[in-house]
Amino acid sequence: MRESRARYLAALALACVAAAAWLLPYAWMVLTSFKTLPEIVAHPTAPLPEHLDTGAYRVVFATIPVARYMGVTIFMALAIAALQIALALPAGYALAKLRYAGRGFTFGVVLACLLVPAQATFVPVFLLFAKARLVDTMTALVLPFAASALGTFLVRQALLGIPDEMIEAARMDGASEWTIVYRVLAPMLKPTLVSLFLVSFVFHYNDYFWPLVMTTDDDVRTLPLGVALLREQGTGVRWHIVMAGNVVLSLPVLALFAVAQKHLVRAVGGRG
Amino acid sequence: MRPRAPWHPWAMLGPTLALLVVFFLLPIGVAACASVFSWDMLTPPRYVGAANYAALAAHGQLLAIALRTLGYSAIVVAGTMTLGLGLALLLDRPGRFFGFVRASVFSAYVVSWVAVALLWMGLLDGNAGVVGWVARQVGAGSLSLLGDPRWALPTLAVVGVWKLTGYSMIVFLAGLQGVPRSLLEAAALDGAGALGRFRHVTMPLLLPTASFVATTSLVTSFQAFDVVRIMTQGGPARGTELFVYAIYEQIFLNLSVGRASALTVVFFVLLLAVAGLQLRVWRARGAGAAR
Repeated sequence: MRESRARYLAALALACVAAAAWLLPYAWMVLTSFKTLPEIVAHPTAPLPEHLDTGAYRVVFATIPVARYMGVTIFMALAIAALQIALALPAGYALAKLRYAGRGFTFGVVLACLLVPAQATFVPVFLLFAKARLVDTMTALVLPFAASALGTFLVRQALLGIPDEMIEAARMDGASEWTIVYRVLAPMLKPTLVSLFLVSFVFHYNDYFWPLVMTTDDDVRTLPLGVALLREQGTGVRWHIVMAGNVVLSLPVLALFAVAQKHLVRAVGGRG
Repeated sequence: MRPRAPWHPWAMLGPTLALLVVFFLLPIGVAACASVFSWDMLTPPRYVGAANYAALAAHGQLLAIALRTLGYSAIVVAGTMTLGLGLALLLDRPGRFFGFVRASVFSAYVVSWVAVALLWMGLLDGNAGVVGWVARQVGAGSLSLLGDPRWALPTLAVVGVWKLTGYSMIVFLAGLQGVPRSLLEAAALDGAGALGRFRHVTMPLLLPTASFVATTSLVTSFQAFDVVRIMTQGGPARGTELFVYAIYEQIFLNLSVGRASALTVVFFVLLLAVAGLQLRVWRARGAGAAR
């Protein structure tokens, strides 16, 4: 069932259109970031900058503390991803492998939380953190996501596929339950854990909503907030500066995507 | 397996359960309680019964928010599913070039909403943007899609489609791997053309995948906030005030905890209806995968 040459060429042409629809906006973003204000005013729609001017990037770095925002953002995303995995492993183990009264109920609690997004909880959680004087702290950014219902669920599913005999054998060897969870089972779940870690890291690095509602000052502001602020502060035509900020914000995730594309695609596509 | 000590399961689940209950289950209850009070976070709360709900429902405001959100979701779901399926069929071919195009489309899903929203604001800008330039070339004059109450919401939805098509494409591609080549070849031997093979072999086998994509996209788009906050702030003339943004406005701009909570409760109930649907689809998908 080989494809005819004409059909293949048609597919190739359509694929080029798709590539253009998704890549040209990025190209516009990068090219605009190298323009200057007089250029944009004089020739707003000239496709290419007259020369590669890095002035916009210098303005970005002078306007917002990029290094600190980036540091806060990466620390937050790493902390969340690491905590989610550290907590999901024992929880998933208990749900998948241990028999105890209340297992169905506890699994139900985890499943129920899958249905509740942060957008439905932020008002009460904000009030809670305001009362505890924790607004504007790393705690408010990390703690609500330290346990992941989805992560727990996925670890449980993955552990169901590991035979009980493995665990029996480890117990016979005198391994403690914690050793079994973190030293014996975790390495066996590596593909699941890597996907979980990457998806969680990317999601929270990119997240705009939660840091926006949980922070009001500079100390724990994240990079997406800072870049969005670039436009709020600027007048309408300073697109070169906004796009420079955009490039700075997007490069780390795009680099990560380039390196770990297989994992991210598998995590999103599932096992089909 | 028997736990070695009866407290082991609880020690292992404890932190997870405690955090999930505190940050995901209790808040819904707290919102329900707070929704019957009037509170501005400065003066003491005052019990008002259902007044918050009544005030929101007055002049059809609540209904308008719900319909607007559903309208946004409808465009996003229809758009991402059509494009995602089309691209999956188109790009499910061997070779580096097709792989590169797949990665390009999917990259928009990986990049932050902030970057995507700002990028499209630039592209849509009447002066400097590409869309404004095209409009001038075809003689449409100065066009401001985001400034027009009729066009702002569909425009946001199109940005959403651009961002999320990569997701549905990837899930459809995974689904396509589950369509056995032998079946397609058998159909071809029986004289089925490309269209016939799609209609009678691929499509029925992709149906569980399609309903999975539809429900997850519906839930995701129903929670849209970032595009609104960044691109339109709910305007013009409230034309893009979606649910989550309306909640945000109530608590942070109007300082009305009661109304924000009432909106949260309604939002959650609607979401539950949608998510209940999603869970049924997931079950069906799980059963399909185990087949």
